[in-house]
Amino acid sequence: MSNVLHRRPGLRLGLLLTPPMLWLGVAYLGALGALFITSLWGQNAFTGEVERTWTLDNFRTLLDVDVYRVITLRTLAIALTVTVVDAVVAIPIALFMAKVASSRLKGILLVAVLTPLWASYLVKAYAWRGMLSENGLVSWLARPFGLDTPGYGVVATTLTLAYLWMPYMILPIFASLERLPDSLLEASADLGARSVETLRRVVLPVMFPGLVAGSIFTFSLTLGDYITVRIVGGASQMLGNVVYDNVGAANNLPFAAAMATVPVVIILVYLALVRRTGALENL
Amino acid sequence: MSLRALRKEFGAVTAVDGIDLDIADGEFFSMLGPSGSGKTTVLRMIAGFEQPTGGQVLLGEQDVTELPPFRRDVNTVFQDYALFPHMSVVQNVEYGLRVKKVPSGERRPRAEAALETVRLATYGGRRPHELSGGQRQRVALARALVNRPRVLLLDEPLGALDLKLRRQMQIELKALQRDVGITFVFVTHDQEEALTMSDRIAVFNDGRIEQVASPVELYERPASPFVAGFVGTSNLLTGATARRAVGDDGPVSVRPEKIQLHHRTDLGAGGHQGGGADGECVLEGVVTEVVYLGAATHSVVDVGDGVHLTVQQQNEESSIDHLFARRGERVVLTWRREHVVRLDGAGRSTGDGSGHNEEE
Repeated sequence: MSNVLHRRPGLRLGLLLTPPMLWLGVAYLGALGALFITSLWGQNAFTGEVERTWTLDNFRTLLDVDVYRVITLRTLAIALTVTVVDAVVAIPIALFMAKVASSRLKGILLVAVLTPLWASYLVKAYAWRGMLSENGLVSWLARPFGLDTPGYGVVATTLTLAYLWMPYMILPIFASLERLPDSLLEASADLGARSVETLRRVVLPVMFPGLVAGSIFTFSLTLGDYITVRIVGGASQMLGNVVYDNVGAANNLPFAAAMATVPVVIILVYLALVRRTGALENL
Repeated sequence: MSLRALRKEFGAVTAVDGIDLDIADGEFFSMLGPSGSGKTTVLRMIAGFEQPTGGQVLLGEQDVTELPPFRRDVNTVFQDYALFPHMSVVQNVEYGLRVKKVPSGERRPRAEAALETVRLATYGGRRPHELSGGQRQRVALARALVNRPRVLLLDEPLGALDLKLRRQMQIELKALQRDVGITFVFVTHDQEEALTMSDRIAVFNDGRIEQVASPVELYERPASPFVAGFVGTSNLLTGATARRAVGDDGPVSVRPEKIQLHHRTDLGAGGHQGGGADGECVLEGVVTEVVYLGAATHSVVDVGDGVHLTVQQQNEESSIDHLFARRGERVVLTWRREHVVRLDGAGRSTGDGSGHNEEE
């Protein structure tokens, strides 16, 4: 048996790759395909049964009805804001971890960044609900400055999601900075650049692929979220809620599928933009 | 450029232990020493990457000890070249001019001229990773030189190159330094490299300078056993062996190529021990090993008391069978008294570059 495999490398490669390729092709891309096909089907208004006739009605509803446009734009805005907030917070943290901290402190910080990933998503979301409540921690902290908790809504959702996805932004940036040799920073200073200039001309460009990788995580995870907004979002809805409600309460699977293609399309557009920067080749 | 009582401690470890040094303008100055001897730390303190725990760094009349690297009129060529991977070659070279706000109209021609001096004029558009090690080395050189610094610091820049390229770069570097007239401070652990290129060399050992001298002086008149052993090969004689050969306890050193090797029969019976009347030193011994080195042959001779001397002979014949045949033979070693170097340590020199060795 092993002799046969040794003499026929093509067969060996085939056997090794078939299961994962099947997974990718059938289970993963197939499901996406099924989603798209379903979105082109209709529904019997009376019985609620799926009617397998081709129609663009679902997409027409999606574009014509104001609520869905607003929800799409809101979701997009939240995803972008979460990404920006995460980047702004993660860059200094990653920079400190990779270039300033001693190797002991670096290990501790790495654990600190990773541990929240072990805790349940729901627990963390509810913790934020508690902190953002009327007499909660945020309100108590903000009061001396004459401010108050933002309450449950879009801001609270953005804050909570930014917290939840923070490790996914810190880690790729940290990894890209780890690859930046100290001698490059010294060379920059040696050639006359101040710290700010070095940050702008050397650190940021080297870090950029990591930043892009992190933003793909935070952006796409936010686009698909529907639980956090239920817990801290008040009456606000995101794309995920519409999908959820149409699968459950409304029992309109084709429309849910149409709605679910929206984040997929947005992500594809985002990836196309990212690709043009050339960052994907340097990941 | 001058260093005054420069010290650096990392915790309990003293890396640099009080160094005084004066380097003249336009000099090619090397800091030579084994790894961990403090030479790189000194270089990094001159560049401003490390803060000294004591002492001063003077650049001309200016005390730059407290200044950050970007305010010092020195540039560094790094061991790993430290080229910016996201910039093209010419962008790398003009980086220093760009951050100093030199207008772009002047910047580009200067960068291209610098690339030309290192013979990479057509490589400006490439990325560093598309270049060979030797080419990257030259880009790093151009990137530093384009700023016309007062002093150029080079941190083992040839270490990563293969031997042939290294030899070629040594000659190029020396020629370049003569052309631009900038002071070069060159750190290396390769004694041959230091001897080839330098006007003067400081030999570092354990955070201190053992000797500062020209290459010839350093080789011919080492001031301490350490220098004699580190720069070239050296035969160290002490105690009884020294007494037999030169008449006192030493320590003294003799270079392998200064020793003549004779068959016992050539000299007649009974060597004259304790120094010949004709100004020659004589030792008898047995050849224990013959090592062929291409251009030369090393014979290791056991002269008693557990001391082995190395004798170097040029391979003038096309065959060295006669040398190999000597293994196990009794031979007589002679050398002229003037080639004996005293290593009492009393002549340990400081940075002023004058009056190192005591008289013989």
